[in-house]
Amino acid sequence: MFGYEFMREAFIASTFIAITAGLVGVFVVSRNMSFLSHTLSEIGFAGASFGILIGISPLAGMILFTMVSSVAVGSLSSESSRREASISAISSLFIGLGILFLSLSSESSSYATNILFGSIVGISSKEVHQLMILALVVIVIFIVFYKPLAFDSFDHIGARSAGLPTRMLSIAFLVTLALSVSIGAQIVGSLLVFILLTLPGATAKYLVHSVPKLIMVSVGLSLAGVWLGLYLAFVTNWPVTFFISAFEVIAYFLGLTYKNWKLNH
Amino acid sequence: MKGQLVIEAKNLTKRFGKQLVFKDVNFKINDGEFISLVGPNGSGKTTLVKIIMGMEKKTDGELLMDKSQTVGYVPQFRNVDLDYPLDIESFVRLNLKFTMNPKKRAENNVIIKQILEKTRLTHLRKRPLGLASGGEKQKAYLAQALLNDPQILILDESTASLDVEVKMQLMDLVQELNQKYNLTVIFITHDYDLTKKYTHRALFFENNTIKPISVDEISEAMFE
Repeated sequence: MFGYEFMREAFIASTFIAITAGLVGVFVVSRNMSFLSHTLSEIGFAGASFGILIGISPLAGMILFTMVSSVAVGSLSSESSRREASISAISSLFIGLGILFLSLSSESSSYATNILFGSIVGISSKEVHQLMILALVVIVIFIVFYKPLAFDSFDHIGARSAGLPTRMLSIAFLVTLALSVSIGAQIVGSLLVFILLTLPGATAKYLVHSVPKLIMVSVGLSLAGVWLGLYLAFVTNWPVTFFISAFEVIAYFLGLTYKNWKLNH
Repeated sequence: MKGQLVIEAKNLTKRFGKQLVFKDVNFKINDGEFISLVGPNGSGKTTLVKIIMGMEKKTDGELLMDKSQTVGYVPQFRNVDLDYPLDIESFVRLNLKFTMNPKKRAENNVIIKQILEKTRLTHLRKRPLGLASGGEKQKAYLAQALLNDPQILILDESTASLDVEVKMQLMDLVQELNQKYNLTVIFITHDYDLTKKYTHRALFFENNTIKPISVDEISEAMFE
């Protein structure tokens, strides 16, 4: 399998994506932002189509759109109920825009399929390097802000009471989330990137009970899903996204079953 | 030092836009006091606490505070549901400062151990907070607020949803911290019995004023 260059590139890229998504996912889940990460994927789709339309790379278009919109959502609405509503509105608009941009550009519909559902064959070594750098940016931001971000994510009220700059932390988090969506979409596609950003983090929460352990389990599940997905996709020629989503969903339900079992014993 | 002035309000006034919360308020709080803030909902108790914490700005007057004093705050509401992932120890740890230094990390572990002992949580430290009882949760919130060794502890209706017995246990613990470690305690409450039993005196919030009163002057009517 590793005799093919595209598979080597795909493995390297997806390893970085899985680490980033697993890490960020723990905080997505604890901050109740699964819905926002889903929406950001759709916004990412519009961004990628926009990139194609104006002749910049789809990744650059994605980063541009997800960053602007996540910071806008974050600063417009701190109330979670209002946030849900404004996210729905923004999401609908962006799906429409994505379709419009694609139809205006001269690219074929297979390009849209790649953006939406991901592709492992299309990744060049230049793109792998871009992904690695972006993933490292996200990881470094997390290391720098780890303690206050963990406090704010797992106990927002306590963090605010302790005098932490929670608004600034929220925006820093949204920026990393936007970057992670853009990175993840390269492999699993923008429609399913939220699988990696939510399910491993949600599964981890049923298994372990400290922040470092949550991160380890989430990253582990994310890596296992992506590696196994790539291998099975190579062997069967079925889409990689199917295997990743199937693995993460099964892991999630096993985690949930384990938690319920433990509660009754 | 016990009895030393730690907070003093001089003609303190707070307005939200045109709405007056309190006006020209004067009071003193001394080191090691156990003082309750009583009065109807919306009379400005939490607002005063937020001004003390620096989370809200005063409109007029002065609020003098001993700069050497740090404040630990146990807020009224917390987002902890049944699925909340962290165990009690990890929850308390959230308030620790980040360090890569192995010596500091070891010191932090000692601090955590001591706080869990002080708050009688050692045997419960691995219990997921979401599955803890109301009293255990309040103790965990208290432990987290005590982590940076504050001299002033503010409890915002921490006993509100607890059974009588659990309330007493929590208050006994706070009283012990107050007496043993000379912790100044500011206790926002709607509970007459607890105020009478545990606090030295009270600040009574009513009609846009705050009146310092002795424990004998506290009446049940103030809690209606």
